[in-house]
Amino acid sequence: MNEKDIIVCRCSDISLYDLKKLMEQGYTSFVELKQIARIGMGPCQGRTCSLLVLKELAKFLDVPFETLTPPTVRPTMSALKLKMIAKGKNNEEQR
Amino acid sequence: MKHYDVVVVGAGPAGMACAINATKHGLTVLLVERDDFLGGQLIKQTHMFFGSEKQYAKTRGIDIATILKKELLKQDHVDIMLDTSALAIYDDKVITLLNHHDYIKVKANAIVVATGASEKVLAFPNNDLPGIYGAGAVQTLMNVHGVKPGKSVVMVGAGNIGLIVSYQLLQAGVDVKAVVEASDSIGGYLVHAQKLRRLGVPILTNHSVKEAHGATALEELIIWKLDENFSGIAGTEKRIETDTCCLSVGLKPSSEMLRQAGAEMTYVRSLGGYVPYINQNHETTVNNLFVCGDVSGIEEASSAMVEGFIVGLTLANRFKNVPNFSVLMTDLKTQLKDLRAGETGEHIMKGIKQIMRGDHHA
Repeated sequence: MNEKDIIVCRCSDISLYDLKKLMEQGYTSFVELKQIARIGMGPCQGRTCSLLVLKELAKFLDVPFETLTPPTVRPTMSALKLKMIAKGKNNEEQR
Repeated sequence: MKHYDVVVVGAGPAGMACAINATKHGLTVLLVERDDFLGGQLIKQTHMFFGSEKQYAKTRGIDIATILKKELLKQDHVDIMLDTSALAIYDDKVITLLNHHDYIKVKANAIVVATGASEKVLAFPNNDLPGIYGAGAVQTLMNVHGVKPGKSVVMVGAGNIGLIVSYQLLQAGVDVKAVVEASDSIGGYLVHAQKLRRLGVPILTNHSVKEAHGATALEELIIWKLDENFSGIAGTEKRIETDTCCLSVGLKPSSEMLRQAGAEMTYVRSLGGYVPYINQNHETTVNNLFVCGDVSGIEEASSAMVEGFIVGLTLANRFKNVPNFSVLMTDLKTQLKDLRAGETGEHIMKGIKQIMRGDHHA
């Protein structure tokens, strides 16, 4: 089975092979993986990949899944351009 | 900035029911929906529902969506925004929305998150080949857009969704080659499984996908038998020629927005994933932030609706006095209890016990 062909994070095109390499290098929390490989930072914002990644982390660290910290969720829930926020200033003036 | 008593995020069965009950009892409500239609997953459901008459049993899901929609549009104090994504919830109960390119701020006294669930995925070699779909996508293609996903299909997962979608695929003229299920038994209702078996579709328990092959799109799927630890057994591989594979390996609550809003969460396997701690009224640990439907645990549309009605009524009674509140609430709670009777319900109740707290706001 070629782990390079198993896609874990579709948005950033990270395979199981890539993920295992990263974990072996010491990136063993979701937030670190996010920062180093952009896992969970694409259009899906971790909705598709996070359970798969956490499952692999639990296996690698040999700890129960429940003990792992899931990714932090910050505003906004989907990507938008700064221009849109700037244009939204009229929101304040309405009642 | 517009101000509402209640902003409901998600217009599936739970969100619609909540909006109906809140506005019926005099609250101003904004219902926000990402899609351009009301009804959520209900509009993809061509089969008749179980449950009791109060949750429209024996009615097709798509028709339940129409019933709820009619009821909702009758109300005077509800605004509906379609094609609108909720972006974030802030401490002062300001919620930001995106409608096409418009960034909109709205203020609420209470926010209800009824964002439902998303599909789980499976990791196997070449799982990114075109032709490999989630069951939800297949239902959207067939039942919303009238598009056949392929000529033949292998369904992965024998829960209710896997079984029902397999039957719908057969109805659409797609050759369902097999349903494979990793566990040792069929998870869905046997009535659905028997319909498939009568039509000659093999349901293979203790089986899963080993790998997919294809040059530019799916051409064949290799399945194999699993041992008791869910590892594949070498030598048991079977090759199935197919252009479509449909994954129906479970749902997880789309609860990310609750985490963003600061609600305390925990992982509960029997509820499908990360869910918020709630009290009897379905209020999270954040004051005036409520949940209903699959976002606080994967169940069915019937219970999602009842939860929605419960939250709507709770809010109405919190901000305005509902004269016959306790009678109405007792009826709804009884409905929910009845829906959760039986084996599946027991499993769900165990999960709910893990997140239910007496009252974290007391």
